[in-house]
Amino acid sequence: MIRRVPPTEPFEVERHLSKNEALHGIHPDDTYLKPGRIPHIWCPGCGLGVVLNAYIQALKAREIPQDRASVISGIGCTGRAAGYLNMDTYHTTHGRAIPFATGLSLIRPELSVTVLSGDGDLFAIGGNHLIHAARRNVNVKVICVNNFNYGMTGGQSAPTTPLEARTSTTPYGNVEHPFNLVSLAAASGAVYVARWTAFHARFLVESISEAFMKPGFTFIEVITPCPTGYNRPNKLGAGLDMMKLFREKSEIHHGLDPNEAELDLKRRIVVGKFVDLEKPTFADGYEKLMNGDPKRA
Amino acid sequence: MNNGAVLTGEHFLNGDVACAEGALAAGCNFFAGYPITPATEVAERMSRRLPKTGGIYIQMEDEIASMAAILGASWGGAKAMTSTSGPGFSLMMENIGLGMMTETPCVLVNIMRAGPSTGLPTLVGQADVMQARWGSHGDYGVIAISPASVQEMFDLTIEAFNLSEQYRQPVFILSDEVVGHMYEKLVIPPAERIHRIERRKPEKRPDEYVPFMGEEDLVPPMACAGEGYRVHVTGLTHDEMGYPHMFHTTQERLVRRLVDKIRLNADKIIRLESDFMEDAKVVVIAYGCVSRSAREAVERARSKGLKVGMLRLITVWPFPTKKLRELAGRVETFIIPEINYGQVAYEVERCAGDRAEIVQVGIMGGTVHSPEDIYDVIEEFAQ
Amino acid sequence: MRFWRLPLDAKKYSIPVGELHIIDDRCKGCGYCIEFCPNGVLVLSKKFNVKGYHPPEPLPGKEMECVNCNLCQVICPEFAIYSTLKFSKELSEEDIERYNELVRQRRKDFHE
Ligand code: SF4
Ligand code: SF4
Ligand code: SF4
Repeated sequence: MIRRVPPTEPFEVERHLSKNEALHGIHPDDTYLKPGRIPHIWCPGCGLGVVLNAYIQALKAREIPQDRASVISGIGCTGRAAGYLNMDTYHTTHGRAIPFATGLSLIRPELSVTVLSGDGDLFAIGGNHLIHAARRNVNVKVICVNNFNYGMTGGQSAPTTPLEARTSTTPYGNVEHPFNLVSLAAASGAVYVARWTAFHARFLVESISEAFMKPGFTFIEVITPCPTGYNRPNKLGAGLDMMKLFREKSEIHHGLDPNEAELDLKRRIVVGKFVDLEKPTFADGYEKLMNGDPKRA
Repeated sequence: MNNGAVLTGEHFLNGDVACAEGALAAGCNFFAGYPITPATEVAERMSRRLPKTGGIYIQMEDEIASMAAILGASWGGAKAMTSTSGPGFSLMMENIGLGMMTETPCVLVNIMRAGPSTGLPTLVGQADVMQARWGSHGDYGVIAISPASVQEMFDLTIEAFNLSEQYRQPVFILSDEVVGHMYEKLVIPPAERIHRIERRKPEKRPDEYVPFMGEEDLVPPMACAGEGYRVHVTGLTHDEMGYPHMFHTTQERLVRRLVDKIRLNADKIIRLESDFMEDAKVVVIAYGCVSRSAREAVERARSKGLKVGMLRLITVWPFPTKKLRELAGRVETFIIPEINYGQVAYEVERCAGDRAEIVQVGIMGGTVHSPEDIYDVIEEFAQ
Repeated sequence: MRFWRLPLDAKKYSIPVGELHIIDDRCKGCGYCIEFCPNGVLVLSKKFNVKGYHPPEPLPGKEMECVNCNLCQVICPEFAIYSTLKFSKELSEEDIERYNELVRQRRKDFHE
């Protein structure tokens, strides 16, 4: 028989709960944040906090109660976003946030289900799930944070890394062509597609709250600075420098064909809302099926 | 439940369909799957029945997504299921781990075919037993049930749902192509006679609720999405509050509990069927379709006066370690016919050590042992 | 647009004055609020917070120029800054002059 030693350190609930109270409730948005979880783990100048913030502002704008919303994320820096929100949040496996959200959203249609994850998570390992969820038009709001690299693991190349850019796995420059995320999402059938940068905080809030009201699969790409992973090898400076770059190079073109929505940090960054259309959702079709002719069953 | 989910009465169906009916009778209201032989009939039946009983059926883009979707649905409060076979089971491993780590009740049906890889898609195998136990990385406890008839496909699917709710984790139905495709009589009892275990909900207020603190049986009550508890659920090592905590003491507490909630409750979970054991010198251990041939062989041997016993594993996992240790003292030989090159046989060897002879009668897949195959071995060792 | 005199309906409008709240110890000194505040109210302070960053503070003399637009609250990645309405004041000649000055400055920046 194997002898098993009992664990030595029990969990102290009391201490934990009191610790959480300490730094909480000193900011009006703290009600949306899990007690004791802020400060978050993201680097100084990282754009992820801006996106998290925008999500909260959009919830507030639409007056969606916290218990009627849920956030699901995958793995990576963005994957950690779910854990800071004071609501039912799910931090799933790498790339699988969308199918997880699909299950949750179908069984609880009254919930506002948002997937908040990164470009690598949603378009490399999870690419297949994303295009199929868009095709099915399930009622899932996707916010994809694009920082051009894998930040959490130390700045490796991603499906969004620009051609010739340096990352820790493309030391001589990236030889692969990046995806145009908005065009891919639109082609897959998303009913709402937009792109903003972290600099466009107000527009982003507006866009997310618009997506909340839109039944079906919505997709918002947010370009963010990643000073630690992407900026450093590409000599783009601090987070703030990247934000200034966004201000300088961005052009708003609502309604532009997403195929033409250029994203080139050196030339121009096209932002705006590119797709906004009506289409029956998976749940709409299913509803019909359920109430259909019983003889056909 | 009066939504037509329970088809009370006598039927003539195959195992896959019986499994789907069992799920519906257990209250399953969400199914996500991907077509794969020989499990497709489960999905087909669900696609026909779920929309008419108020549930959701969805065909996903692959098995990875299917597994993720049922976890999501389960956190939405659903009783959720998926079905697959070998290659799909391999793909599901990643999110099985997530299900174990986040303690998400759901049922996963694996109609085993012969592998590795694509193997023999339409023919039987039993070589996923160890994969079911150890397939996803890390340590966790496993419950796997192996039905041997169409009736059991129905009954044990209900049992699987009950166990998954009770122990808050994915539970496997480890069936095989033969049982899945065999047609037999199935009796479905009236709905009120079906025993269902429902999800354990927190009784505490949200501000007092500690979402991953096990109760006496080490299982925490579960608050699902939208119930006001605002739980953070993560596949990272988390403390009892559910928050990521990258520290070995937290890992220690969590993983011990995940393993122990099955290990320490094993006696309550394990189901065995044993016959002719009193004076048995030779014991045949079998499960799934092979147990049918084994039973016939054992009965024949008994009629010839051979001192042979029969032990059928209804739950393959947790393994009946205690029972086998006990038997090993007085039984001289264990014969394990299975459609693989030694998986349950390894477990028997682990329990019996040198105290009994272990004879594995393996078939690599594609066919089942005939009663004669097993009888011949019994005869050799029971003389 | 440039006002050459105080508009006749100026009395109908008022300028909000924001009260800034900065949670020093949450700040990671990214500088977003400082850079993007439309009124240039903020500046990096000399003090260190517990994490060793310089949190922002209102530029001396500019405390009253925060217009409670809340952009800093929306753009701060750390939930470390927000503003609340202190009071609203009526538009004065001075405000108009300051506005015009701002427009002039912007134009200059733009043409440079
Ligand atoms: S590595 Fe990049 S994306 Fe990750 S937290 Fe740091 S700055 Fe943000
Ligand atoms: S509220 Fe607006 S004006 Fe006031 S400090 Fe913040 S950004 Fe500047
Ligand atoms: S935006 Fe927030 S974190 Fe950045 S400098 Fe201002 S207060 Fe500090």
